[in-house]
Amino acid sequence: MSPVATSDGEVSSALPDISRLRVVRRFPWERWLTASVIIALLALIARAFATGEIAWSYVGRFLIAPPILSGIANTIVMAVLAMAIGILLGVIVAIMRMSPNPVLRTTALGYAWLFRGLPVILQLLLWFNLALIFPTVTIPGLYSGRMVDVMTPFLSALLGLGINQGAYTSEVVRAGLISVDAGQYEAAKSIGMTGLVALKRIILPQAMRVVIPPLGNEFIGMIKLTSLASVVQYSEVLYSASSIYYANNRVIELLIVAGIWYLIVVTVLAPLQMLLERYFARGAARIR
Amino acid sequence: MDRPIVSIRDVEKSFGTFQALKGVSLDVQAGEVVCIIGASGSGKTTLLRCVNQLVAIDRGAIWLDGELVGFRRAEDKLYPLTEHEIARQRRKTGMVFQRFNLFPHMTALENIIEGPIQVLKRKRSEVIEEARALLDRVGLAAKADAYPASLSGGQQQRIAIARALAMRPMLMLFDEPTSALDPELVGEVLAVMKELARSGMTMLVVTHELGFAREVADRVIFMDHGAIVESGAAGIVLTRPQEPRTKAFLSAVLT
Repeated sequence: MSPVATSDGEVSSALPDISRLRVVRRFPWERWLTASVIIALLALIARAFATGEIAWSYVGRFLIAPPILSGIANTIVMAVLAMAIGILLGVIVAIMRMSPNPVLRTTALGYAWLFRGLPVILQLLLWFNLALIFPTVTIPGLYSGRMVDVMTPFLSALLGLGINQGAYTSEVVRAGLISVDAGQYEAAKSIGMTGLVALKRIILPQAMRVVIPPLGNEFIGMIKLTSLASVVQYSEVLYSASSIYYANNRVIELLIVAGIWYLIVVTVLAPLQMLLERYFARGAARIR
Repeated sequence: MDRPIVSIRDVEKSFGTFQALKGVSLDVQAGEVVCIIGASGSGKTTLLRCVNQLVAIDRGAIWLDGELVGFRRAEDKLYPLTEHEIARQRRKTGMVFQRFNLFPHMTALENIIEGPIQVLKRKRSEVIEEARALLDRVGLAAKADAYPASLSGGQQQRIAIARALAMRPMLMLFDEPTSALDPELVGEVLAVMKELARSGMTMLVVTHELGFAREVADRVIFMDHGAIVESGAAGIVLTRPQEPRTKAFLSAVLT
């Protein structure tokens, strides 16, 4: 028996010894009950869909049909490129927001206000119809041509989605920059770093740790947002699916095909995000 | 006697309506260890931060190694330095912070080599060699690959000292380097600082460690309400202070 700290050093002998008694667990009947109800409900939903008017053979056949595959490839390409533009713009705008120069600050503020304020679908249509405002594009000495040839479905979707994303990402990056302790800026300055070097070497790498989880969220949102690019005739997966069901009338089957592909892409992203998070969390005390 | 490493003249600084420094003048000679003591809010930390331009002064002047701090003088005009020129001036000083401020995403070794490689653009291999010697000097050779979060406060502060030394500064600024430490860890940091003082480094130390000041400082300065009240040899200021305010502070601290 371990020593007992008492005021007079004496061990009280009045308490019974319970160290050899067996602990009897209670049967968790309420847990079993709720689980059974949920499983029954899920089974009913599954049965409804299995016996509903869905020709599952079509789902299987179109899942790997070439137009669907090229559609999902276009979806991924668009999501990755638009997100890259979004992150680049987001970092630049976040840094502008924290600049001592009021013109830079206000411009950054105005950008976020404008592009967060307009519906994405409206932005996409604006880019796609830019030729109505500017019929020709001219880069002096380099290029001159008609806007309708330049502003392809791909480019209008890329600009619309990327620039819209930058407005949201700038807020995420700014939150990350603010989260870095002010002492880190001072320490970086004290070893002779200028603001930009400190930002690149000391501040941004630490901000990334905070920024990655919400960015992963934003990227998942972007993958689904690309479906809006169908309004400017960009042939992402939903556009391909709808082109097929216009011809064969298998609406539900093709929507399920597109849905399966979205879920596959989003599922594959999760472990990638975890790897990134682990990289930027190096040195941080684990909180799990 | 050659010129002082730091000359501070009539420096004033206000934060809003609060006047942190009300005309402070101070010289620090090469190799001298000067300890600044005083209550919190007396302006000692602000004075230290003015020397390496983490705080910009309102009035007065500071010379570092004969060079005007923060301004370029042409005829009868002063031009504020650019960010790059300020960064270049800061390399002459090393600073150790109360809260260590190690870079948490870098190992101990990476913290130390960051400045020499990114700022001084020196060769990585030779910088690493020097950094290992510095780690050895602060007694942490075995912790080269440890991240700050896995080190004790005393170990972190010793790494921070090594990081500052890696820039080969001519003046080391210490801002209450042991105030954030658990009592049992204070000694290891002070030991490193004593060794540094013995090696001839010029040091300006804001501290509450009167024992350290008595043992190591060539000169002790007592500040109160943004001004230097008393200054002199450590033995005299700490044991036979002349000013009533110094006496009051010391008796409050020592009881």
